[in-house]
Amino acid sequence: MNIARLLLIGTWLQLKMRSRSAFDGLLSIIYPLFFATTVFLMFRAGRPDALVYAAVGASAMGVWSAVSTTASTALQSERRQGTLELLVASPTSFPLIVVPITVSMAIGGLWSLVATLLWGRWVFGIDVHIDDPVGFLAAAVATAVSIALVGYLLAVSAVRYRSAWALGAALELPVWLICGFLIPIADLPSWVKPISWLLPPTWGVAAIHAAAAGEGPWLEIVMCLLVGLAYAVLATLLSVRLLRSARSAATLSLT
Amino acid sequence: MPVIEVATLRRSYRARTGVLKRSSRDVEAVRGIDFEVERGELFGLLGPNGAGKTTTIKMLITLLLPTSGSARILGHDVVDDPREVRRRVGYVFGGDRGLYERLSGLDNLRYFCELYGVPPREQRQRIGELLELVGLTGRESERVEGYSRGMRQRLHVARGLLHRPEVLFLDEPSIGLDPVGARELRSTVANLVQGGTTVLLTTHYMFEADELCDRIAVIAAGCIVAQGTPHQLKSGVVEGGVLEVEVFGVRDETVAAVGAVRGVRSVAVEERGQSQVLLVNIEAGAEVSGPVLNCLGGVRVGKVITREPTLEDAYVELVRDA
Repeated sequence: MNIARLLLIGTWLQLKMRSRSAFDGLLSIIYPLFFATTVFLMFRAGRPDALVYAAVGASAMGVWSAVSTTASTALQSERRQGTLELLVASPTSFPLIVVPITVSMAIGGLWSLVATLLWGRWVFGIDVHIDDPVGFLAAAVATAVSIALVGYLLAVSAVRYRSAWALGAALELPVWLICGFLIPIADLPSWVKPISWLLPPTWGVAAIHAAAAGEGPWLEIVMCLLVGLAYAVLATLLSVRLLRSARSAATLSLT
Repeated sequence: MPVIEVATLRRSYRARTGVLKRSSRDVEAVRGIDFEVERGELFGLLGPNGAGKTTTIKMLITLLLPTSGSARILGHDVVDDPREVRRRVGYVFGGDRGLYERLSGLDNLRYFCELYGVPPREQRQRIGELLELVGLTGRESERVEGYSRGMRQRLHVARGLLHRPEVLFLDEPSIGLDPVGARELRSTVANLVQGGTTVLLTTHYMFEADELCDRIAVIAAGCIVAQGTPHQLKSGVVEGGVLEVEVFGVRDETVAAVGAVRGVRSVAVEERGQSQVLLVNIEAGAEVSGPVLNCLGGVRVGKVITREPTLEDAYVELVRDA
């Protein structure tokens, strides 16, 4: 079995499915703009550098929201349409089936990053000056990939627990705060910081900020990818157990 | 060596009720069943809704773990060796679900080709063959959401055959199909069996089982209550003939009186619109038409037919006694 081909075709078909719902498509286009508008209006009264900070944060919010809520509902949708059992009944390793689903979401999330920055520039006149464009691009991609890997963990948990789809929704807003999307981590209580460091978006946002300021984002990028990888390893190990548990508890189907 | 070996297979569920005051109980869906299916055989699993047919199939295709007992497909244990089992089996179920609605039929098949490791060079040809087989050639580029129920079912069949499975599980595959579509499906299944594929079929259509199956197991309340060829089942349960009497407004006491007639093995009432039909199973050699009609004095009687027993008669008898 050609794994790269499987991942590529899986991702392509997932993107195709997601692009074919006019409603979903429209929401994914305008949703990030609502985040951006809210944040820009809130921060407009403050210092100009705060507005730039908010622009980067709002773009990361879009990526995170696109993945966190949809990743955990993705497998519930598969369950609802009766395809989850068929996926599990195939001889392909389950992680290879789930990863394209979350990668397609992260690609959708990258759109929200770009849309937020363009919206800020065109509508609010915020010029996010980027000192290190290569680093910025690498940081954005690393953030999207690592968030996709967190989404992978959320998605895998939905195999066993039918109500796990709510997990992503429950995590959506706390992560905005904990990962320093809008408020610097330095301003958070000290006991929150270790939790922030365990979440890849924290490192991703820090990398994006560092690249924009020309401060060298590579350490943050590596940390972002390493923490994301840890989630992927955890999800892969858990997937074996959760799948077996789902076969035992009969939760692969709706009834 | 049998292709499918099932030994004292058991599966129970925990059913939960209540919101504030929660309680749970164990429900035994399959209660220690045994059967074997030989290579190239078409084996039918018949039973009423909730009898345990789908649960049995799901254990055999590794979607559910048995509570106890064992099952092996082509020598591979469904619990210890699920991947080897999955490589060799195909699964098709009836109904509208189980397809990616927003993708075309072709994309659905492409995706499952990848999942089942069909070599890329063979995919185009294999998909083309199967589209031809199920009569979807020319419609494959349309999105599944626009397919009729019959087209979806045919796409399911094509999907299940992509990797040329040695064993095919068909769970009520003809449900919702029109008569022509159902006939074509039966013909496809018969051809597969002729080609050496082993098939386990569940269906509610007795004529379908009678026409297709080499052997049948009747399952009721999680237990196998009878097993054999369609002929063995018919002759084992309904030795004599069946007397069908069309009546209008028959009462329970009258039915009981018919059941008590000497030579009558059992009697069942089937509602057919305005009328009912008494289905009277007769012991071999008994002549009961006169006494049965005598019992129906005062009841308006329509057509009276004596006929050979069908698989449905045997099935009804077996399931009712279970």
